[in-house]
Amino acid sequence: MLTKRIIPCLDIKDGRTVKGINFEQIRDAGDPIELGAFYAEQGADELVFLDITATVEKRKTLSELVNKIAQRINIPFTVGGGIKTEEDVSILLQNGADKISINTAAFLDPTIIHRFAKNFGSQCVVLAIDAKCEEDNNWYVYLNGGRTKTDKLVTDWAKEAVDLGVGEILLTSMNHDGTKQGFALDITAELAARLPVPIIASGGGGNAQHFLEVFTHGKADAALAASIFHYKEVAIPDLKQYLHQQGVSIRL
Amino acid sequence: MSIVIIKYNAGNIQSVLYALERVGVTATVTDNVEAIQAADKVIFPGVGEASTAIAYLKERNLDQLILNLKQPVLGICLGMQLMCAYSEENETSCLGIFEEQVKLFKPTDGSIKVPQMGWNNITHLKTDLFKGVDENSYTYFVHGYYAALGKHTIATTNYVQPYSSALHKDNFYGVQFHPEKSATVGAQIIQNFIHL
Repeated sequence: MLTKRIIPCLDIKDGRTVKGINFEQIRDAGDPIELGAFYAEQGADELVFLDITATVEKRKTLSELVNKIAQRINIPFTVGGGIKTEEDVSILLQNGADKISINTAAFLDPTIIHRFAKNFGSQCVVLAIDAKCEEDNNWYVYLNGGRTKTDKLVTDWAKEAVDLGVGEILLTSMNHDGTKQGFALDITAELAARLPVPIIASGGGGNAQHFLEVFTHGKADAALAASIFHYKEVAIPDLKQYLHQQGVSIRL
Repeated sequence: MSIVIIKYNAGNIQSVLYALERVGVTATVTDNVEAIQAADKVIFPGVGEASTAIAYLKERNLDQLILNLKQPVLGICLGMQLMCAYSEENETSCLGIFEEQVKLFKPTDGSIKVPQMGWNNITHLKTDLFKGVDENSYTYFVHGYYAALGKHTIATTNYVQPYSSALHKDNFYGVQFHPEKSATVGAQIIQNFIHL
């Protein structure tokens, strides 16, 4: 049976993991390769590396890093952050990334979704959506790392993007992100029911029960989290054991 | 031991190269006929679309080359599907090493998504390719088309319905999943192939 996926996310700046990390087992806590390898050994199903490096000159560092990650990591991984052109995608995939994630650039020019899907296959094009539920109770798309509001509804944008060829959606609820109070179940379930592609839920995962809820009520195909794994608040083997005991299809 | 990965217009070859490196083997990526014929083991990778890949192979006579290989050959993902008789993906006649047909997943339940993406288990394991691999082990899949069950099936996976997650005939092996991305289970399968 196809399993639900647990995906740790690593934020990368200038080739190093940012956000505090609290792993004694890892020689160099800031090294994303060491951390990624550790998660892979722990049973993570995939990894996401998000490059938050500001400048264009630093992009070369990213492709070198992706190459080193591919050398070491024996599970699939997605790379995101500032990807705009076919050349960006091609370099990352050639260096061993399995999927690329796009966000603001795709919203500003949706034709890149079609071009990427056509050239590289839908299976490697992940659309990241930063979503916020406003007072009118609608979920809106935000851009530029959550700094810019748009008038587009998340459900509309997701549908449009799937029609253009994205193979997977990474949905981050800005209302829930960082709260550790649980994932946004309703909007996740709505997208999962409407769309023929897998939905990765992100934002708000604080304990094992939250993951159970996002897989059952939220109908998510995968769940992503960062700091709770980095800070060892939730250990992946314990989390997966718990989900298995609760009847969720999971890879142990 | 010389391992060759067939170079053509499909596939994430870097990941396969690195997976081989992790089990201590250096492979060469080439479309050179002599080099492929002389190799001890040949890997035929593939991610992409069937008709384009077959057309590319035919143009370069790589189809005949593959059919005539005598050493162990491992097709991965689309590579395996291209070794079958026929694919529904753009109604493509394939290499015909395995008689099994490649079909599109057609779930009747709308909650089942196509392509299948993620970890699924492999059962009814046969041949030394799966030596030391436990029944029900998980491997990583990304595919919208599947090879039907048949007499060459050496591993079965269930998605929409049971299908061939691995095939074998004579010196030819094919796996639908990505061993290069399937953690320690995948590494074991790669190692087994190298030692066939």
